[in-house]
Amino acid sequence: MSTETEAVDAPEPSYLAATRGWKSWLFSVDHKRIAIMYLVATTLFMIAGGVMAGLVRIELFTAAGDLLDADQYNRAFTLHGSIMVFLVIIPAAPAVLGNFVLPLMLGARDVAFPKLNLASFHIYMAGAALLLVAMVLGSFDTGWTFYTPYSSTTVGPVAWALTGVFILGFSSILTGLNFIVTIHKMRPPGMTWLRLPLMLWSIYATSAVQILATPVLAITVLLLVIERAVGIGIFDPTLGGDPVLFQHFFWFYSHPAVYIMILPAFGIVSEMVAVHSQRSIFGYKGIAGSSLAIAIVGSLVWGHHMFTSGQSIYSSVLFSFLTFFIAVPTAIKVFSWVATMYKGRIQFTPPMMYVFSFLALFMIGGLTGVVLGALSIDVHLHDTYYVVAHFHYVMMGGAILTYIGGLHHWWPKMFGRMYPMRLANITSALVFISFNLTFLPMFVVGSRGMPRRYYEYLASFESLNQIATVGAICLGVSLFVTLGYLIYGAIWGEPASENPWNAKSLEWQTASPPIEHNFHYQPVVTGTPYDYDGAEPGQKVKVAEASK
Amino acid sequence: MGATHHATDQPEWVASFFESAEQQRSAASMGMWLFLAQEILFFSGLFMAYIAYRFLYPGTWLSGAEVLNKWMGAANTVVLLTSSLTMVLAIRDLQLNKTASSVRWIWATVGLAGVFLVVKAFEYAHKFHMGIFPGGHYEGGAVEGMAGIFFGIYYTATGLHALHVIIGMGLLGWLAVKVKNGSVTGENDVLAENLGLYWHLVDLVWIFLFPMLYLVK
Repeated sequence: MSTETEAVDAPEPSYLAATRGWKSWLFSVDHKRIAIMYLVATTLFMIAGGVMAGLVRIELFTAAGDLLDADQYNRAFTLHGSIMVFLVIIPAAPAVLGNFVLPLMLGARDVAFPKLNLASFHIYMAGAALLLVAMVLGSFDTGWTFYTPYSSTTVGPVAWALTGVFILGFSSILTGLNFIVTIHKMRPPGMTWLRLPLMLWSIYATSAVQILATPVLAITVLLLVIERAVGIGIFDPTLGGDPVLFQHFFWFYSHPAVYIMILPAFGIVSEMVAVHSQRSIFGYKGIAGSSLAIAIVGSLVWGHHMFTSGQSIYSSVLFSFLTFFIAVPTAIKVFSWVATMYKGRIQFTPPMMYVFSFLALFMIGGLTGVVLGALSIDVHLHDTYYVVAHFHYVMMGGAILTYIGGLHHWWPKMFGRMYPMRLANITSALVFISFNLTFLPMFVVGSRGMPRRYYEYLASFESLNQIATVGAICLGVSLFVTLGYLIYGAIWGEPASENPWNAKSLEWQTASPPIEHNFHYQPVVTGTPYDYDGAEPGQKVKVAEASK
Repeated sequence: MGATHHATDQPEWVASFFESAEQQRSAASMGMWLFLAQEILFFSGLFMAYIAYRFLYPGTWLSGAEVLNKWMGAANTVVLLTSSLTMVLAIRDLQLNKTASSVRWIWATVGLAGVFLVVKAFEYAHKFHMGIFPGGHYEGGAVEGMAGIFFGIYYTATGLHALHVIIGMGLLGWLAVKVKNGSVTGENDVLAENLGLYWHLVDLVWIFLFPMLYLVK
């Protein structure tokens, strides 16, 4: 480090103002700009996926199929699932919030491989473009799960979509690789592993799963593309292939992938609950360790998607046990967050509202997951709306809404401005209520036997489905309001201070928005990122003493 | 603003966001090891498919292995192992600042990779001639049972491996140019180290593919 204190008096421009022109964004290697580009892209895709969900819900308003025909309905839910999983939930939290805060939390100037980071974004856009081609060409209706033999025999642009998924996987792997190396190699002086903000433990666990599980999806979709192109027979029963093998391969990635989605949310909640309760996090080691435990055990439970697919009953018993077991580290987290709030100075800020929302929704989503993990019950509930309700509670209530909460938390840092707080609080409550209105009825119709993925259903389920559709419309409107005031806040909001929440971690100790190189000085860490009880001085940016 | 953030006593090849050459080097090295881990998992899918179908169709697997040309496979194993040796020699000479000789060893590695591909091409051509195609196109007749699947896995696995060899040849050619023009040196050698690691992995995958497909009884 340079020990001179030159040029700190003249304020440096923020990363938003440092350079101008679209090229300075599209080819920027600045992790903060890349995060903003991901933010724009994932938000646009979220709207597209949301419109598809809207079509599905409106079709289901009546028991008869009237708005869409069967094929259109199949396409609508396929597009909804593929867009939301591959283009929104998997990249959103790590690529937007992870990219933005990870180097800042480490007091680093950037991630370890900034060019690779930009390449990940370009690869993501290329993969997304291919998926969009598949959508434009129409009749892509395999569901996001691409189950064989339907996906290997149906006509239509499945190969385009598969190639898109294959390419998106590269983006995910490279991002994970970048983050792990950054956390290992670029921590500032004094930041031991146990002084790492919990967000980074979560990102670390997420990245590990991204690196270790995604390549298996890559080979799986590649085999499916080859199967479609030349008919190697590997998933084709008439040639001796086994379609269930595809399911094993697919879920070997796609179950860990749900932890790619939820683990960053755990990190976001850990940060938000401590900051907005102004309380040291309870059970730091438990939360950090359970992230890793979830990443490991979560890689060994894929067979619980296949209880009715004819896999060995002994495998099913083992998978069922491991599925129950994963509730343990998850519960450790939930109890720790609740305990953090105990005797805290809880601030009723929008991020805290999202923490409350998360705790309620994730508890419901998680516990119904344990129900589904029970072998005998799963036979009854498999492929019903109960499953749909369960994974929406986890994926949307847990992952997406927490990601949106995280945006509220870091928005003042990202744009240096505040959104209207009161409106945000009210809207977050509306989101919570309409979310439950949408998905709670699905547990009921599902447990009574309404199957998923049909465009018509028995008339006796109609009233509950109508409640769900009304809820979905309210949810959509609330989310659009959220988008509106966030954009308003970013442009016209009140200027935010460096540290509006009185947080202790490093990202709050540089300008809002940060300068291009993040910090004027090399931060030196002397305490934990959650010190609200005055025992330790917290994490401070200090002038590095003539190091080197 | 660069001056505030960049230590001026670093060599110019150290990027501005790293504190030291050592930090940059260890980051690049760790990144490569993680990349190799995902490569192994990529191939593991094929290995798992091989194992699953081997249990289902043991007879097919035995007679399928008989059809493959062990001598050509063995020759290619020797070629690839030798190319790993030449790669190591290239890195060693680079670190000893014997640039010209390092470049020669890199090109030798590329050449051996080319030999591997030529042998592989002869193998494929011979199989096609015998009517041994993957999956439903199989019309060879020499193999009992589900021959299409065996050769489906054979062509996919060896084909993907060959693709890695081709990519490796491109990367090594690029490395040779960089060593020659002095942008990779004995001091700043992490790119050479990393491509060496990649090349050894390509070698290693073949070390598993060869006995699994050609030899195991």
